[in-house]
Amino acid sequence: MKNQTSAGKKVLGFLGSNSVPIMFIIIVAICIPLSGFSPVFLINEIITRMGRNIFLILSLLIPIMAGMGLNFGMTLGAMAGEIALIFVSDWQIWGIPGVVLACIMSIPISVLLGWMCGKILNASKGREMVTSYIISYFTNGLYQLLVLYIMGAIIPIIHNSIKLPRGYGVRQTVGLLTMRQSLDNALAIRVAGVKIPVLTFLIIALMCLLIVWFRRTKLGQDMRAVGQDMEVARDAGINVERTRIISIIISTVLAGFGMIIYLQNMGDMATYSAHSQIGMFCIAALLVGGASVDRASIGNVFLGVVLFHLMFILAPKAGGVITGDEMIGEYFRVFVSYGVITVALVMYETKKRRAKAGMAAQLEAAQREEEQQ
Amino acid sequence: MSDISNNAATTPLERIQSAFRSFGLPRLIIAGMLLVLLIAAPFVGANFWMQITNVLNRFTWNGVLVLAMVPMVHSGCGLNFGLPLGIISGLLGATLSLELGFTGAASFLMAILLSTPFALVLGAGYGWLLNKIKGGEMMIATYVGFSSVSFMCMMWLLLPYHKADMVWGYAGKGLRTTISLEGYYDKILANFLQIRLGDLVIPTGAILFFALLAFLMWAFLHTKTGTAMTAVGSNPVFARAAGINVDKIRLLSVVMSTWLGAIGILVYEQGFGFIQLYMAPFNMALPAVSAILIGGASVNKATITNVVIGTILFQGIVTMTPTVMNNMIHMDISEVLRMVVSNGMILYALTRKTEVTR
Repeated sequence: MKNQTSAGKKVLGFLGSNSVPIMFIIIVAICIPLSGFSPVFLINEIITRMGRNIFLILSLLIPIMAGMGLNFGMTLGAMAGEIALIFVSDWQIWGIPGVVLACIMSIPISVLLGWMCGKILNASKGREMVTSYIISYFTNGLYQLLVLYIMGAIIPIIHNSIKLPRGYGVRQTVGLLTMRQSLDNALAIRVAGVKIPVLTFLIIALMCLLIVWFRRTKLGQDMRAVGQDMEVARDAGINVERTRIISIIISTVLAGFGMIIYLQNMGDMATYSAHSQIGMFCIAALLVGGASVDRASIGNVFLGVVLFHLMFILAPKAGGVITGDEMIGEYFRVFVSYGVITVALVMYETKKRRAKAGMAAQLEAAQREEEQQ
Repeated sequence: MSDISNNAATTPLERIQSAFRSFGLPRLIIAGMLLVLLIAAPFVGANFWMQITNVLNRFTWNGVLVLAMVPMVHSGCGLNFGLPLGIISGLLGATLSLELGFTGAASFLMAILLSTPFALVLGAGYGWLLNKIKGGEMMIATYVGFSSVSFMCMMWLLLPYHKADMVWGYAGKGLRTTISLEGYYDKILANFLQIRLGDLVIPTGAILFFALLAFLMWAFLHTKTGTAMTAVGSNPVFARAAGINVDKIRLLSVVMSTWLGAIGILVYEQGFGFIQLYMAPFNMALPAVSAILIGGASVNKATITNVVIGTILFQGIVTMTPTVMNNMIHMDISEVLRMVVSNGMILYALTRKTEVTR
């Protein structure tokens, strides 16, 4: 009898802590037959999107480890990657060398932006997420100033295919045809009509190993300590501010690489809008995979990408079948992305409050005991 | 403490310095920028009085939306990034008023009346949620706003609206992205008692409407409930000890903010002349937030003066820069400037060492 109830509790606990992924599995299971897509098409799409997005989402893991929440400032890294890509495509460096050069060039820009972001976040402890979210808007303004007015006017841009006809500023879209899927096509294999971009997956696997290794280093341990409790970490002799800045810098640099991988797969770049939604989609995907604001694993990243992007592919078609209007499906997937983030944030905050209240109650009880003695 | 020492040694220079410090450097820069723009306007060939008219108009469009920030800041709920929720209530009221066949001034009054129940219900739900997550209000408010806007995107398509000048022509259903208010409440406040002095046009009615709401807000903040609200915002522990029901006061402030957001968008629409649906409310919170911050408010302190000064400064910059810059250097960097200034201002406020209430 006792065993049964505890087993029941375990099942309930499992369902409770994984409610978001389970809900998505149900949504996807309903949508697949409705949409009428063939399995080969779906698998192909998912594999492409995995290669495209996973690296970007991996960049979110380290700030979560350092207790800084979801890094909405990953957009900064995306912008750094885009700036590097504009230069590389202007210098006409093609294929894999172009991608590698763009990655190298994005590093100093990412480090600078990440350092700035980390500094600001240190001045606003306790509201890192809303601040990093505003930082992404603020930096978007600086990015536009650079790309729209300074590039071509002060920083030389050679080719007219990139420069606006007015003589300065960068065009709405920058074609990356010369680099298009250069990573994905190298070493690609086809299995039963499904293309697998082996090199991209190798890079992702390497990154996952690096993250696992990083967790065990001194710096990684420090970050975990800072994430648990800043004051305790400070007493233990950890430089909290420096550790937090480093975690944001790493995240920004990785996001820069991720954006370059993302854009080489897409094959062209919307100069002024490619980065604007990327933070939201990556964060939503991570949360769909079962992560929360203070806990995320590599497994969450993979599960999240598969489920979130399946929903993304299926929603317009399924929405069209159900309501007769594909726009409904389009709006539905946007709604779900925002809704998932909202629910995750609410769950995190209520949990934090409950923990705090529990601690206060414990303290009170201890004090009462002391008084009685 | 430093204030007292400053008062003790009152050399005029020190007094000016402390006044500057309390005004804040970013505010000073923005005020200076607006001053430069105003002085430069006639020299670069822009009509000075027309510019003033534009700024006045923009002030009346946005004033109430900025005023909607005040109650939540007072009760310690932080900046109302969830303003889109109030805007949605306003949009529901506006579209219903048009659908039911009201025209002219009646349509404006009906829009206010019809949006009120939505604002009360949505505001109450929103306030209940914010009471559950004290300390994390601003981030969650942002995403409540976003989710509700994207949810309503579906609803605007699905709800059974039928009025011919509101729905898509070929399908006969689903609301249009922009609906013209000509014949309804276009400029209904602005044209009321309008004063024309050459190029200067003063939208008296709209200014009076804003003044009325601002006065009511001021009066409310001086009632017993209003003082309780301020107490909750400045020190919730003390407020609870004094026997104030903190959660109830916070809920009331959120409902008030939401309702003012609904009225605010209706006033905005009467000035602008169009109802904007779908993704339009999405980014309307940020300008209002930065306007009140530019006016001198902080995350937990805001006055009516902050609203008035902030709206004038922010809208002044937004309306003046395109014309002046265009005439001066033939380059329109106003949009970029607006993004940097407004978000920079929010960042500045978020990094101040003001403790958020728990």
